[in-house]
This record gives sequence, structure tokens and C-alpha cells, in this order.
Amino acid sequence: MAHRTPLYQQHVALGAKIVPFGGWDMPLQYPEGILKEHEANRRNCSIFDCSHMGEFIISGAADTTGLDRLVSQPLADQPVGTCRYGFALNERGGVIDDLIVYRLEEKKWMVVVNAANIDKDAAHFRAHLKGTGVFNDVSFATAKLDVQGPLSRDVLRPLVSGIERLTHYTFGVFNVLGEEVIVSRTGYTGELGYEIYYPWEKAPRLWEALLADPRVKPTGLGVRDVLRVEVCYPLYGHELSEDISPVQAGLKRFADPVKDFIGAEALRTEVLRGPSQQLVCLASRSRRAPRQGHMLFTTDGMPAGIAVSGTFSPALGIGIGMGFLKKEFTSHGKEIIFGDEKFKERADLVARPFYKEGTLKG
Amino acid sequence: MEIIEHFLYTKEHEWVNIEDNIGTVGITDYAQQALGDITYVELPAVDKEVEQFEQLLSVESVKSASDIFSPISGKVLEVNEDLTEDPSILNRYCYDKGWIVKVEISDADETSNLLTADEYRNYLASLDRNDNGESAEE
Repeated sequence: MAHRTPLYQQHVALGAKIVPFGGWDMPLQYPEGILKEHEANRRNCSIFDCSHMGEFIISGAADTTGLDRLVSQPLADQPVGTCRYGFALNERGGVIDDLIVYRLEEKKWMVVVNAANIDKDAAHFRAHLKGTGVFNDVSFATAKLDVQGPLSRDVLRPLVSGIERLTHYTFGVFNVLGEEVIVSRTGYTGELGYEIYYPWEKAPRLWEALLADPRVKPTGLGVRDVLRVEVCYPLYGHELSEDISPVQAGLKRFADPVKDFIGAEALRTEVLRGPSQQLVCLASRSRRAPRQGHMLFTTDGMPAGIAVSGTFSPALGIGIGMGFLKKEFTSHGKEIIFGDEKFKERADLVARPFYKEGTLKG
Repeated sequence: MEIIEHFLYTKEHEWVNIEDNIGTVGITDYAQQALGDITYVELPAVDKEVEQFEQLLSVESVKSASDIFSPISGKVLEVNEDLTEDPSILNRYCYDKGWIVKVEISDADETSNLLTADEYRNYLASLDRNDNGESAEE
């Protein structure tokens, strides 16, 4: 049976369409639909239940516990109170998961991972942590509510005293409705936003308190995917996998070029030789969207790659998506054809992100 | 769930309204709700010949693409160009302004393969029961 978040009943009561996602029953969308939810997020404030995501707490120094070898981002110089995005890689440089590391204390860390990868990641971390390191998987004790959108700071001000001091990719411990919890200025929409890590069974109270504000709307996984594609954020299983490296996905800046971590050697070799495929952003010439699994062709009909994500973009009014082009076609012009056995459509290769008006750093 | 009494239906949730051997075709309220916000409609060419239950066109919602099948064999006489400009008409007015194509019917006997409004209503209820059955087994 699929897992349910502590807010499952709230989603059902709101009339959400529930779908399976990574072993969880999650709200895809609420009755107003994805377009309205998109507008709520880009213009006002929306909340996502992301309690399905995983959280690990690791105690000990980054070097002696082996944590430093497990993730691609540099940890030694990471200030306490900040977050860093990066990857756990396999020896081939493929991505086991993308994750955010929070430095809670000098020798205490929180690692936030994808829901579908919790068990795999926990096994990988346990296998490689050593010495005095203590690993604790707190995923099922920790709810996560993402408060996102240009008004998110205003919405949180009465609930989170001192929220203003958080800059992009920092966090603090705040008293939120009587609970001492981590609030970080992070998110997955390209807008100003926060993630609140909250005790599992108390999450409904926070959810209801946020929804009591008329500026806030609940938003589901459907629009979450639309929003992240509009700003070209990767989603594990699409732009990233055990067979796709951060170099191929255009994310090598999140891998420390000098430190020793699992997969580092493979990445360096790949950078020298050039990756076998490269992630590209596709802007359709129409409202028709590239979809995962669509073929990509050159304008003269040569098979050149595959689409891995796609959606209609409410912000741009066209179909958009991402895909991988084989090495030999990456400098083949700025136009590409996507489609399947039934249709073909033209798209332009554009620089990321598609949507440039986000309030992320506002 | 709105159902129009004198229309005929398919199990794929298309409707056809037949007048003087011309079938006006669209998707049902159930279909538009299941699809969510519709963002793109690929209209067939006028004069295209279609067989009953063969793919007639495709529609896309924000997160998915779906095929629409012809309830009846015939030749496409007219397509609703308004849907190209504003696909959301399909969500808002699926039984009138949201008609998709008009087909000149080549075999009127094929209507026996379609569901009446009552039969379609019962079919939807059976889908509902299956849904509930599944959740009861968890």
C-alpha cells in the first residue's frame, strides 16, 4: 500500500485528485485546476505538501564520517545555517540522487532527498558512513510544507517571526505555532519561497493556519512539475538518473572540481572528453508540448536525441520541455523537431530558464 | 456530471449528436474533467475519412496528451477552428461551443455500437464503482 502524508485527509477534503508518486498517494491537483494553481504561485502564494520527501540527519565531522565523500558539493567551507545543492553519485558519475545539504551545526547535517529514493539513499549512506558518524533517517517523522510565491514572505511574517533575515539558500530554527523547527529559503518553483520542516503529526495545524490566509492556495504535484520545467530545474528520473551525470545535465557547477567524492574521477574524465549527450531546453513553436519519450530530430530528419520532460507553459503560452541531444548534434543549429510516430513539431533550442521573471532572489 | 439525453456516447467518452446524417462530435463532461485544463487541440483536416473508433484527433492538457476517437465512420466536413485559439472552450462548454468536428456519416447502422445517454450514465457509474472497489481493497 502506498504511503500517505500526514495531510492526506486534508487533500481529500479539498477535493484533490490523488495519484501515486514515488510510492506515495499525493495530490496531483485541486479542483480549480493547474492553470489557476500556476497563477496562484507565480502571482501570490501557494503551498505544497512535500512531506513525502526524505530527510537524513548525520552527526559528525564531514571528513571523518565520510559524508564529504558521499556528496558532490563542497562541505568543508559551508557556513552553519546555509544550504547547498548537489548530488550523490555512483562510481560512473551517474546520479544516485540530487539532494540539499543543510549544515545544522559545525558537526551536524541534514540531507534532503527525493521521496522515491529514500530507501536507496539511506542504504548508500549507511554503507559509506564510517567512524563516529551517526546516521538517522527521520523521513517519516518530518513533514515538509513548501510556501512559495512572491507573497510567501508576507504570508509567513505573522507565523515565523524573523523570516526576513533569511537570504536565498539559508535557513534558521524558528518557533512556528509552538514548535521549534527548521525553515529554509529554498524551493522548486523559481519564486521567492520557503520550506518548513515540521513534526509529522502536527502538520495539519500548520497547513490549516497557512490556508486561513486568503492569499494562499494549495497546489499539487502537477503544477509543481510545470513550475520547475519553466525554470529548468531537474527532476530525478527525468533529467537525472544513475545513467545520467551532472555534466550531461548541465549541472557540473554543483560538483566540487577538486574534492574527492564518489564519482569525482568519472566526472573529471567526462569533462575532459566531453559528455556523450547534453541537456537542451526546447521551446515549441506552438501550444503543443514536447513530452517525456518524444524523439528529437534535426531539421533534416536525423534522430538526434530524446525528450525527458515537457509541459504546456502557462507563463509563456507555448509548449516547453527538456531533452538530451547526442554529442554529435549539440552544435547542429538552433532548431529541432520533436514528436512521435503520429506527429512532428518544430522547437527552438533556447537558453535556460524559459521563465525569467521569477522572484527567487527578491 | 452532465450528460445530454439525445446524444450518443462511446466508452472512450466522446459524444455524437446526429442530425440529417451529419454527426457533430465532441468530448464528454467526464472527459474534460479527467483531462484537466486543455491547452492544445490538433484538429483533423477537412475531408479526412475516418473509421468508427479510429483516432480522429488529439488533445493536450497541461500535463498530458490524449487521443480522441471517432464515434462514427465518415468524412470530416467541418472543424471548430475556435478551439485552436482557445482550447479552454472544451473545458467550459464541452457539449455546445466545444464541439470539435462535424462528420458526414457513411454508415448509419453503426449507431448500434454506441451508448445511449442512459447506457453511458450506467457505464460511468460502473467506473465509479470500480474505483471504490479498488480503494476498499487496500
